[in-house]
Amino acid sequence: MRHLLAFLLKHYFILLFILLEVFAFSLIINNNHYHNSVILNSTNHLTGSILNTFQNISEYFSLKHVNKELAEENARLHSLSEISFLKTDTNFLYKDTLYKFISARVINNSTNKRNNYMMLNKGTKHGIKADMGVICSNGIVGIVTSVSLNFCSVMSVLHENAKISAKIKKNNQLVNVVWKNIDYKIGIIEDIPTQIYIHYGDTIITSGNSFIFPEGILIGTVKNYLTKKGESMNRALIDFSTDFNNLHYVYIIDNPMKGEQLNLEEFREYE
Amino acid sequence: MSNVYLKYILLFVLLILFQVLVLNNIQFSGYVNPYLYVLFILLLPFETPKWLLLILAFFLGFSIDIFTKTIGMNTAASVFMAFCRPSVIYLLSPKQDFEPGIRPCIKDLGFRWFFAYSLILILLHHLVLFYIEVFRFSEFFSTLYKVTISTTFTLALVILCQYLFYNFKKI
Repeated sequence: MRHLLAFLLKHYFILLFILLEVFAFSLIINNNHYHNSVILNSTNHLTGSILNTFQNISEYFSLKHVNKELAEENARLHSLSEISFLKTDTNFLYKDTLYKFISARVINNSTNKRNNYMMLNKGTKHGIKADMGVICSNGIVGIVTSVSLNFCSVMSVLHENAKISAKIKKNNQLVNVVWKNIDYKIGIIEDIPTQIYIHYGDTIITSGNSFIFPEGILIGTVKNYLTKKGESMNRALIDFSTDFNNLHYVYIIDNPMKGEQLNLEEFREYE
Repeated sequence: MSNVYLKYILLFVLLILFQVLVLNNIQFSGYVNPYLYVLFILLLPFETPKWLLLILAFFLGFSIDIFTKTIGMNTAASVFMAFCRPSVIYLLSPKQDFEPGIRPCIKDLGFRWFFAYSLILILLHHLVLFYIEVFRFSEFFSTLYKVTISTTFTLALVILCQYLFYNFKKI
């Protein structure tokens, strides 16, 4: 102990210098968005590969459940495929795909913070770009925010800034879905006009207005209708159809025509 | 004695105000941005304890950072500069023990000594500051150019200040 004290006293100048510099750098990284993102991007690579290995191992424990989910989805897709429908018009073919789906695996996820992010094992190498939507077989998941070579990080719907353009399936009324940190299972729909009545169990789907999600992806079902006197817009609680705490495989949605759509929108604003 | 403390406190406040109100608004061709506030660290007496040097530099940089919304950058650079100061003094006059009352300025130690002393410390400060600001090495040479130009300007201002106060005392 005495030696330690003597050592500290002898080298106090350089130790104080290191202490102050560490403090200054922590200030830089915490307070300057640019520096923060540089650090995050370079550490993404390292943490990504560690988390990937961990996920590889832990995946084995949920194989059964995932298989069941995949089988269910396969069944659903079969029911949607060509053979499931009566052919009425053989000349009409969809050659342009509006949306492309890229499957990805969740390697890191959180649901218990105010702002939740997850990491997926697809990156620029696989054609992922920022602002792509992410869904799973049960419903929407989030939006890609930043991409490195092999990984991308996704802002979950469970995020302060997430605001999903949605509609009520039965009457096509446009609403917005947000999350207010109540519970990872429960979201809120805002901006419901007061003349619209919604009931327990009404389905909420994406509106397709944002170019990020295709129309008709399931978001959740209404749980509770909240009215307040004197307000022009009502709110309602919904149960998310996605189980954010149990995500394994997701699909990243690429909209190849997004650029064209945005250009047109810009042009419109110009006029 | 309290008069001396008061003088340095006043210098501290004046330099910060001059830096944030006047100099930070000067941006010749996007490259030149003089940081005169480092003059405070240059002018501290030789007897200043080393720990006080670091603490003062920390608060100096931090005050500038609060105004320029670049929390931490000027702090890191100033602390680094203060850390180098004793070594630079030793490098420039290794065997000389300064008498009490002698301060690091042109009047007491001559132009050549002060010029070298300021040049090295300002250059170190600007190197750290600008490279932290850019935070990558891919723009190495353009940053180096910025450092050189800004160092020249800061040094010119520091020397100019010396002569202003020097003449002031003579009269």
